[in-house]
Amino acid sequence: MSKIQNDMSLTGQPPKTINKQQKLASALGLIGLFILLIALFNVILPGGKVIWLTTSLVAMATGIIWFAHAGYAHKKAGIKNDGVYFKSLSSRGLWAWSLGIFITLFYVALYWFPQYLGLVEDGDNNGVIALFDPLSKLLSGNPASQWFVYGTLYTLAILGFGVKFMYKYWHNKYEVLRTCSVMFFQLAFAFVIPEILVRLNQPYYDLKNMWPLNYDLFAGYKIDEFLSAGNVGLLMLIFGIISIFVVSPILTYKYGKRWYCSWVCGCGGLAETAGDPFRHLSDKRQVAWKVERWVIHSVVVFVTVMTTAVIFSYLRGNESSNISEWSNLEDKVVIMSESQGKSIGERIKQAEKAKAKAVVFLYEENEAPTIEDTEGITIDYIVASQSENKQALHIIKNGNEAIIKNSNSNGENLTVAKQQDIAVYDDFWISKEFFIWFIIGLLTLVFAWVMLFKRDALAKDAKYGAIGYFVVVLSILLFTYFSNPGKLFFFDAYQLRKSYGFLIGAMFSGVIGVGFYPLLGSRVWCRFGCPMAAILGFQQRLFSRFRITTNGGQCISCGNCSTYCEMGIDVRAYAQKGENIVRSSCVGCGVCSAVCPRGVLKLENGPEDGRINPTDVLLGNDVNLMELMNNKK
Amino acid sequence: MKHVVIIGNGIAGVTAARHIRKLSDHKITIISAETDHFFSRTALMYIYMGHMKFEHTKPYEDKFWKKNRIDLKKAFVSQILPDKKEVVTKDGENITYDSLILATGSKPNMFGWPGQDLDGVQGLYSYQDLQSLEKNAPNKKVCNRAVIVGGGLIGIEMAEMLRTRDIPVTFLVRETSFWNGVLPSGESEMINKHIKDHHIDLRLNTNLKEIIADENGRAKAVVIEETGEELPCNVVGLTAGVTPNVEFLKDSPIALGKGIKVNRLLETNIKDIYAIGDCAEQHEAIGNRRTIEAVWYTGRMMGETVAQTICGNPMEYNPGHWFNSAKFLDIEYQTYGWVFSERNKKDEELHFHWKHADNTKCITIAYHRDTGQFLGINTFGIRMRHNVIDNWLTEKRDVEYVVNHLKEANFDPEFYTHFENDILATFSKTKATI
Repeated sequence: MSKIQNDMSLTGQPPKTINKQQKLASALGLIGLFILLIALFNVILPGGKVIWLTTSLVAMATGIIWFAHAGYAHKKAGIKNDGVYFKSLSSRGLWAWSLGIFITLFYVALYWFPQYLGLVEDGDNNGVIALFDPLSKLLSGNPASQWFVYGTLYTLAILGFGVKFMYKYWHNKYEVLRTCSVMFFQLAFAFVIPEILVRLNQPYYDLKNMWPLNYDLFAGYKIDEFLSAGNVGLLMLIFGIISIFVVSPILTYKYGKRWYCSWVCGCGGLAETAGDPFRHLSDKRQVAWKVERWVIHSVVVFVTVMTTAVIFSYLRGNESSNISEWSNLEDKVVIMSESQGKSIGERIKQAEKAKAKAVVFLYEENEAPTIEDTEGITIDYIVASQSENKQALHIIKNGNEAIIKNSNSNGENLTVAKQQDIAVYDDFWISKEFFIWFIIGLLTLVFAWVMLFKRDALAKDAKYGAIGYFVVVLSILLFTYFSNPGKLFFFDAYQLRKSYGFLIGAMFSGVIGVGFYPLLGSRVWCRFGCPMAAILGFQQRLFSRFRITTNGGQCISCGNCSTYCEMGIDVRAYAQKGENIVRSSCVGCGVCSAVCPRGVLKLENGPEDGRINPTDVLLGNDVNLMELMNNKK
Repeated sequence: MKHVVIIGNGIAGVTAARHIRKLSDHKITIISAETDHFFSRTALMYIYMGHMKFEHTKPYEDKFWKKNRIDLKKAFVSQILPDKKEVVTKDGENITYDSLILATGSKPNMFGWPGQDLDGVQGLYSYQDLQSLEKNAPNKKVCNRAVIVGGGLIGIEMAEMLRTRDIPVTFLVRETSFWNGVLPSGESEMINKHIKDHHIDLRLNTNLKEIIADENGRAKAVVIEETGEELPCNVVGLTAGVTPNVEFLKDSPIALGKGIKVNRLLETNIKDIYAIGDCAEQHEAIGNRRTIEAVWYTGRMMGETVAQTICGNPMEYNPGHWFNSAKFLDIEYQTYGWVFSERNKKDEELHFHWKHADNTKCITIAYHRDTGQFLGINTFGIRMRHNVIDNWLTEKRDVEYVVNHLKEANFDPEFYTHFENDILATFSKTKATI
C-alpha cells in the first residue's frame, strides 16, 4: 500500500474506484447473473440445467465473497466507509439508478408478470424458473415457482453479502454474530425448512415469519391448511399465535426489537447485508420522521382491520346459518351442529340449493332436536348424536366409508361412501361474535394501559393519532357487530386482503422496499411500512429494557451515527445532548456505535429507570449547573 | 429587547445561543464568515474521506435557526467599538449589541517557517482549509506526496485523510515520539507503530527548516532541519497546534494575552463583552487545566455557562473533571482525569500501564504515590463509561478499587472481548514486584 499503485483505472482514484481484483470479482458475479438472463430468454444451454444453475449460483456467490475479500481483507480492523459518498453506486449516481431500475423491474415481473420469468401454470416451466426446477425438486419434490426462484436468490444475497458485511465489520463481534444469525434464519427457517415441510406433506411455514409481517398467516386458506394437517398443523398455528402474544413481547422487553429486526427477520436480513452499501441514504430530516410515524401506524391499522375481517369472514363461513346457494357444496355431505339461530330445516334447504348431497345434523345434548320447516327438502338428512357417531365421523373425515347412525331408531341411517367430499360447519369453539369482542377487548386493554401509564411518554401528535386510530378501529368493529343483520364485516374481507397484498405486500415491501434500495436506503420498508416493526417498536419505546446509551459528554456532533443510521434516526441529536436514544424505529443494528469515532454509543439492556434521560447540560460541566438545568422542567 | 451578538458559529458560540434561547427572549445574532450554518469542525475530515457530505456535519437542520429565532449573519467582523457597543463588519455594516460574545475559535500555528505562505501550504481547521485541501490534494496524481509538519491530533487526522486517497504521506514530528508531551511513553510508542502500520512515513526528532517553491510559487519540497534532506512534495500540512483567532482585536481596548483574557465569569475587561471557547484565555489556570483550552467539550461547556450569566444568573465557569477523546487512525482514545506524560508529570504521580499483545489496546491509570488515590485514566482501543469514572474521581477512589471495578466502567459494544481480568492480573503482578 505504501507504494503508488499503478493498477488503478484512469477514471478515478481511491477511494473512488474499486481495485483490479474487485473488478474481476464483479465480472464473475455478473457472469452468474448473465446466465440467469440467458435462461430468461429460453436459450437452450448445452449440458443441462443442473450445471448451469450451479455455475450461476456459484459464480454469483464467489463473485460477492471475492469482491469483499479483495476490498477488505488487507485492511486493518476499523471503519471502512472511505469513499462511500464518492462512488456512483452508493451516492445515487448513474449506477445506483441503473441498479434501482433493474431490481424494480425484477419485482414487477415477480409479482405481476411471472409468466415472463417462465412460469407455466399447467405444464412444464420454461425460462429462468425452469432453470431452478432441479433445485426445487431436490428440496420439496415440486417444480420451481417464481417464489422459489425469488427465495433462492434472496437467500443467496443474504449469505453472500452477509459474508461481505462480516469482512467489513470483522473487528466488531456484535455485527459478526448478528450477521451469522440472520444468515442462519434465512437459510434454515425461510428457505430450507419450509421446502422440506412441503416434501413431508406438511403446510409450507416459515416459523419465524410472524404476523403481521406475514399478513397471510390467518388467511382462510392458510388456516384450512393448518387444520387439515392434523397435529403438526395445529402446533404451527398455535406457535404462530404464541409467538405474537408471548414470545415476541418477552424478547422485545428484554432485548428491544432488535432480536427480531436485525437478528432474525428476512427483510431486515437483506437490508443489513445486500442493503448495507445504501444504509446512509435514509432521510434524516424531521419531516421524514413525521411521515414515517403516520404511514407505518396507518399500515398497522390497515393490517389489523384486514386480518380481523379475514378471520371474521372465515368464522362466519364456518356457521351453518350462513349456508346459501352460493356456498360451494356440490355433491358434498354437509355436517352441521349449531342449534341456535336459523331453523335447521331452513339451513338444509339452503344446502340443497347449494347442491349438497346430504346433510347430517349432530347434537351434543341428550335429546335430539326436532327439525321443523322440512317441507320441500328432497335430499337426505338425518339427526345424529355426536357421541354415538364419533368413530364414524372420524372414518369419513379420513375418506373412508362409514355409516352414521340416526338418532331416531326408526329412521334410516346414512351411509357415506369412500372418498366422499364433506363440508363441516359449526365445529369451531370460537364464534365470530366472541372473536370481535376479543379483539375489541384486546385493543381497549392496550389503549387503556398506554393512556393510563405511559401517556407521558407520548408526544402530543402521537396521543391524538392513537386516540384517532383507536376510535376508528373500534367503530368499525362495533358497527360490524351491531349492524343489522350483523353478519358481514364492515369491509369485504376478500377485497381488503387483496388490496393489502397489492399495496403493502407487493408495492411497498417489494418494489419500493427493495427496488429503491440504491436511492432511498435499505430500510424503507422496515421504517415506513412494516406493521410488525411498528408493533415491536411501540413496545420498545414504552416497555423494554433496551436503549442506546450516550456516554456522558463525549459526543463531538460529528454526525457519523446519524449518517449511517439506516432507519433515518438523527442519533446525533440525542447524543450531543447526552441523552440516551430510545426510539421505536431503532432496529439495533449497532452501526451507530461502530462508526462513532469517540466511543459515545452503546446498545444495551438495562433497568427501565433512567432509560430515558433528557438533559440540557452535559456531564463534564459544573455539577450545580447540570442540576439547575436538568431538573428544571 | 436585549440584543446578544455572538461572533463565531462554532460549538461554543452556538451552544451559548441555544442556551440563551432556552433561558430568555433576547434577540440573538450569530455572525460568522466561515459558513452559513453551524457544522461540526471535528467532522471535516470525514468529508474529505467520503464518509459524509458537508450537510451531514451540520448538527441542526437549516430550519432550526429560524424556528428558534436565532439570526444568522454571514459576515467578517473587522472591528469592535465597545464605546458605541457596535461591531463593524468588513463590508462596513455596524451592528449594535447589548451583550457581545466572542467565540472566534483558533487558527493554525505558523512558526515563521520560510515558505509557509506558499500555495499548497495549509493548515486544517476551517471549512475553507478543507476546500483548499480538496483543491491541493484531490488525488495522488495531483499530489504525489504530502508532508505534514507537527505531531498532534490534527496532524494525524490529516495523514489519515490523505492516505484514504492513496497519497504518500511523510509526517514530521519534532518530538522523540508521537504526542509524547501529552501521552505517557507506552501509549505514544504504540501510536508510533500504528502510524507506521498505516504506511505513513513517520519521522520523529525531525524539524522543518523551510519550504521550497517552484517557479509558480507553489510548494515543491520541504527541507529537513536536522539532515538537510530535501523532500519533494506538492502539499505541506502545517499542524503544529492552534492559536486563538484574535488578530482583529489587536486595536481594540479588549485585553489580550495569547487569547482574549477572561475571568471565571468569562467576562473580558470590557463590560458586556464575553469570550468563550478556543479564543478565551483564563487569567489563572483552573486546576490542572491550561489557560487556553482549545477542545470541543470546553467550548461547549463555556457556552452553557456564559448563557446563564447573560440571562441574569451570573455563573462561574467551573468545569468538572477533565475528559477528552480522539481517534488515532483506527485506535480510539479516551481520557478522564489527569494522566500526564513523563515530560510533564510530577514525581508523586505514578502510572500503571497495561498493553494488549496486539498493540492496539492499552490503558494507563495514574495514581498518587503516597495515597494511592486514582488521578486519571487513559484508554486506547477500549471504551470507558464517562459517568462511572467521573464518579470514581469525585469519590477519590484508590487505584486498587479502580482496577478491581474496571468492568463497571467498560463501554465496549456487546460481545466484545473483555480484558479486565488480564489487566487485574498484570496489576497484581506489578504490585508484587514493587
